[in-house]
Amino acid sequence: MDDLYREQIIDRYKNPRSRGTLDPHDFTYEDDNPLCGDRIRIDVRVDADDRVTAAAFSGQGCAISQAAADLLTESVVGKTLDEVKQLTKDDILEMLGIELGPVRLKCALLSLKVLKAGVYGIDQLEADLA
Amino acid sequence: MHSPPAPALLDVDRLRAEFPVLERETRPGVPLIYLDSAATSQKPRAVLEAMTAFYEHQNANIHRGIHRLAEEATGAYESARRRVAAFIGTPDPAEIVFTRNATESINLVASTWGRTKLRAGDLIVLTEMEHHANLVPWQMLAAERGLRLAHIPIDANGRLDAEAYRELLSRGPRLVAFTAMSNVLGTITPAAEMTAQAHAAGALVLLDAAQSIPHLATDVRALGADFVVFSAHKMCGPTGIGVLYARRELLESMPPYQGGGDMIRRVSLHAFTPNDVPYKFEAGTPAIAEAIGLGAAVDFLDAIGMQEVQAHEAAITEYALDRLSEVPGLQVFGPPAAERGGLASFSMADAHPHDVAQILDSLGVAVRAGHHCAMPIHEVLGVPATTRASFYLYTTPGEIDRLIDGLYKVKHVFA
Repeated sequence: MDDLYREQIIDRYKNPRSRGTLDPHDFTYEDDNPLCGDRIRIDVRVDADDRVTAAAFSGQGCAISQAAADLLTESVVGKTLDEVKQLTKDDILEMLGIELGPVRLKCALLSLKVLKAGVYGIDQLEADLA
Repeated sequence: MHSPPAPALLDVDRLRAEFPVLERETRPGVPLIYLDSAATSQKPRAVLEAMTAFYEHQNANIHRGIHRLAEEATGAYESARRRVAAFIGTPDPAEIVFTRNATESINLVASTWGRTKLRAGDLIVLTEMEHHANLVPWQMLAAERGLRLAHIPIDANGRLDAEAYRELLSRGPRLVAFTAMSNVLGTITPAAEMTAQAHAAGALVLLDAAQSIPHLATDVRALGADFVVFSAHKMCGPTGIGVLYARRELLESMPPYQGGGDMIRRVSLHAFTPNDVPYKFEAGTPAIAEAIGLGAAVDFLDAIGMQEVQAHEAAITEYALDRLSEVPGLQVFGPPAAERGGLASFSMADAHPHDVAQILDSLGVAVRAGHHCAMPIHEVLGVPATTRASFYLYTTPGEIDRLIDGLYKVKHVFA
């Protein structure tokens, strides 16, 4: 069996730790991957020092996209927004602990894209990624 | 409980030996189970050898050279056109235009016939289950020319709503463009009947036969269709070549598509006279080796017999639907086996199509996951994506069994 479906990912997919929405929130963003229909929304709360106090995701999609969103939202609690902006593709892959082909990489990175778009504003994100 | 299809209609083992790729493993000890023929079929040795032989012995440009190779290359290219014509039931090879693929064939019709014959406010009727290739060219033309588009809805079983179609025809459309076989639902549409109805209402018909021609005996004259489009690569042929069939008088009434060499009779610095059909639609050096490959594919299918191909796939499809129905939580979309071609799109409770396809891949089973270039029909079905297993003349009941084993594995992982 591919280690794509190792226990951690299936466990996160079936029993997510940070699934839900936050009301009120300081940032929220939602996006989808039209190719496969993965859809993720992430809500974030920060304190006066711009440190994340809570983060939650909602949406639907494949095990990779949902497990990545769960791991990511859990991991950013306690980080400053500047630290969130520094997160990269490699951080996500490290959290998942797997190698991914180009198609599945899009699934894995959707939540990072959504989180950064929420924190940066989408225009700034596109400029940053360009 | 599940008996594999009874009498062997095709000698599938012998046929499979003609497809080199079917001998490979996807990883050590894991043989390939190729269930993605609706995306592209595998290629028999005869097609590969015909193309290689052309490059090794006859390679030359066509229609211009005086030398021996040029004459042989031209002869081989035009022979392929005649065999394709015969394969789909027209005695006139000039009605066969070689394009890049079915998509380009539709764009050709939209760009030439559509731009010159349609006026603002004209109506084009499509269906909800069209491939993007038969939606987007018309959307582009509609935006450019102020045309209206309307779509025949499908019912819960994936059949076109006949009453809605009659109502749309009463609005006087200029063109009805629809699939002969849905690439998502497998639905075989009543193309001859729909064509007759469209003609009675004064509309022309474009038939997207990309999914049907590889699998069903096709007679364009009996269908009465005005335009029929398909791609070689889904019918044992190479990529890079497709066909537009159109009635000769339509082709003659249409302006050229692209400008360049071969599509002209005469050129001056400021003007040109177009060539005769079909050459006026084939600007530039065409895909010569690919046309020859398509000719070999047609010969290969003819030698087997399309009735036999059809009967084999019908038996495989019935077996597949029967076995899929035993998997708990699995939903197959589309009509019953008797009304569909050789494919099944489905969803599984708790497992996204990407995950299904990935786990199947680990067992060597190649399926397609996603929207299959038909996002609107997925919206109608209410699912963002499906998993699709599709079959061809080389598919065996044993391969269906491997698919089902894989789906149980998916259930186990996600249980």
